Amino acid sequence: MKPFGVLDDVRKVFERSELGRGAREPLVAIESISCTFGEGELVSLLGPSGCGKTTLLRIIAGLMPKSAGSVRIRGEEVVEPHADFGFVFQTPNLMPWRSVIDNVLFPLEIIGRLDAAGRKRAHDLLEIVGLGDFHASRPHQLSGGMQQRVSLCRALVHQPTLILMDEPFGALDELTRMEMNDLLLDIRVRTRATVVFVTHSIAEAVYLSDRVLVFSRRPGRIVEDITVDLPYPRSAATRYTARFSELDQRASRALGVIKDVPPPVAHGASDDGPHGGVHGALQGGTHGH
Amino acid sequence: MVECTVRFRVGPMATERSAMFDLSRVDWQRLALPPLGLIVVVALWHVACVGLDIQVSVLPRPSLVLEAAIKRWDLLLSEGWVTLKETIYGFLLALVLGIPLAVAVANSRVLNLTFYPLLIALQSVPKVALAPILLVWLGIGIESKLAIAWLVAFFPVVVDTAAGLQSTPRELLELARSLRASPWQIFWKVQFPAALPFIMTGSKVAVTLAVIGAVIGEFVGSSEGLGYLLLSATSQINTPLAFASLFALAILGIVSYLAVVLVERLLAPLLPPTTRH
Repeated sequence: MKPFGVLDDVRKVFERSELGRGAREPLVAIESISCTFGEGELVSLLGPSGCGKTTLLRIIAGLMPKSAGSVRIRGEEVVEPHADFGFVFQTPNLMPWRSVIDNVLFPLEIIGRLDAAGRKRAHDLLEIVGLGDFHASRPHQLSGGMQQRVSLCRALVHQPTLILMDEPFGALDELTRMEMNDLLLDIRVRTRATVVFVTHSIAEAVYLSDRVLVFSRRPGRIVEDITVDLPYPRSAATRYTARFSELDQRASRALGVIKDVPPPVAHGASDDGPHGGVHGALQGGTHGH
Repeated sequence: MVECTVRFRVGPMATERSAMFDLSRVDWQRLALPPLGLIVVVALWHVACVGLDIQVSVLPRPSLVLEAAIKRWDLLLSEGWVTLKETIYGFLLALVLGIPLAVAVANSRVLNLTFYPLLIALQSVPKVALAPILLVWLGIGIESKLAIAWLVAFFPVVVDTAAGLQSTPRELLELARSLRASPWQIFWKVQFPAALPFIMTGSKVAVTLAVIGAVIGEFVGSSEGLGYLLLSATSQINTPLAFASLFALAILGIVSYLAVVLVERLLAPLLPPTTRH
């Protein structure tokens, strides 16, 4: 895999003026982060709230300036947003005055590529996410999960080579979230785009990723780089394999969620079976035993 | 006209697309009660005039007001037309000048700090106090009325539009920015549609204020318009005609308000739906 993105010693300090009133001193959000990711990889940034993972994503997107270091995507330093990136926000972030299809077409409109092929792609994407019949609906007529699917289509419609996702499924209920995870895996196979995925759900990170970068609490550093070697295609059954549990535990341990449980023995980990980690949040007390 | 009440709402007005011709779904109370209220008040008015033997010059019976209105309908119509023109021009001027100012104030901290305090200072000056000065500047023709109507309508347009532009969700602006949208695209495709419900709300307030502004102008000095007619009728102790002018003014206010509501409904496809109540 050739390197696609290279982050070198990225640092972010919010100055007092950026923090607003009441800030006594600058806030170090990201201490120093260096990592690389390959083309077509799905890399998760996993960490507790406020650890700087969203900040890092915004820096990669060019939406936020960094204080020091360098971010190179395909060898080019990122200093401002790139129309070749797709961004999925925490909220569906749809325009209430536009229909579903017009929301999906928005990026094409902005970058001036609104042609017949683009329209067809938008309709195809809605079809893939199961919203083919809803193209004329307004966002408020859809459920939260459906809205987030529209948002996903919007991020993909201009065929970005890099998709940046900021806790996109965090606000969804458990079942919808698992559906969306499968949908994302499916879309990845079709688009072959590189994805950087921010989440605070351990299970989601393990299930989706090729690699999980575990963040420390603020100021953010990468404390562990976990390669997820679960085979594709992944499905619900994957979540109950021994290997999944091992990786889940390893991530939990890196996060400091489980402390007093000895590291799993390779073959014994399967005893864990279906565990609370699927729920995702950092409530790992039930892991192990 | 189903809606008779003039309503001010804070926030975007919901669009009402009820099936008006489906009889089973007609809200009879909504249709019947507002006219009933009018009838009750008019009846009480009549009873009071007759029972307390009030002089016509003080409070004419409703029938006399109606009679005056019918007899001088041509006058009411022509003077009403003058006032309507002043109102509409003043209102449109408030939109044409107010929206760009709101855009400037909403997007530039420098312009905001420079002009917003002045705008608030201007708003706190009673417009009646400005009317004589504007009259000196612009004469007793339509220009001075238009200027006063504009002055009173200007503030809600600017304030609501600026609030709407500033309420654009930050994440939508980031989405546009992530696609390298130009400032022009950000304004037309994101900020303006987001602000549109607020602009409509401001417009509804502004248009009713514009009527008041036009009448203030006519009171201070003019030779035409419903305000002028009202003044000259009272000076001749023609109280029924004065009352008829008053009702004409009320109708004018309601009609101009409903005109804005109509525009709002035509724009409904562009407005975000809001849940009612």
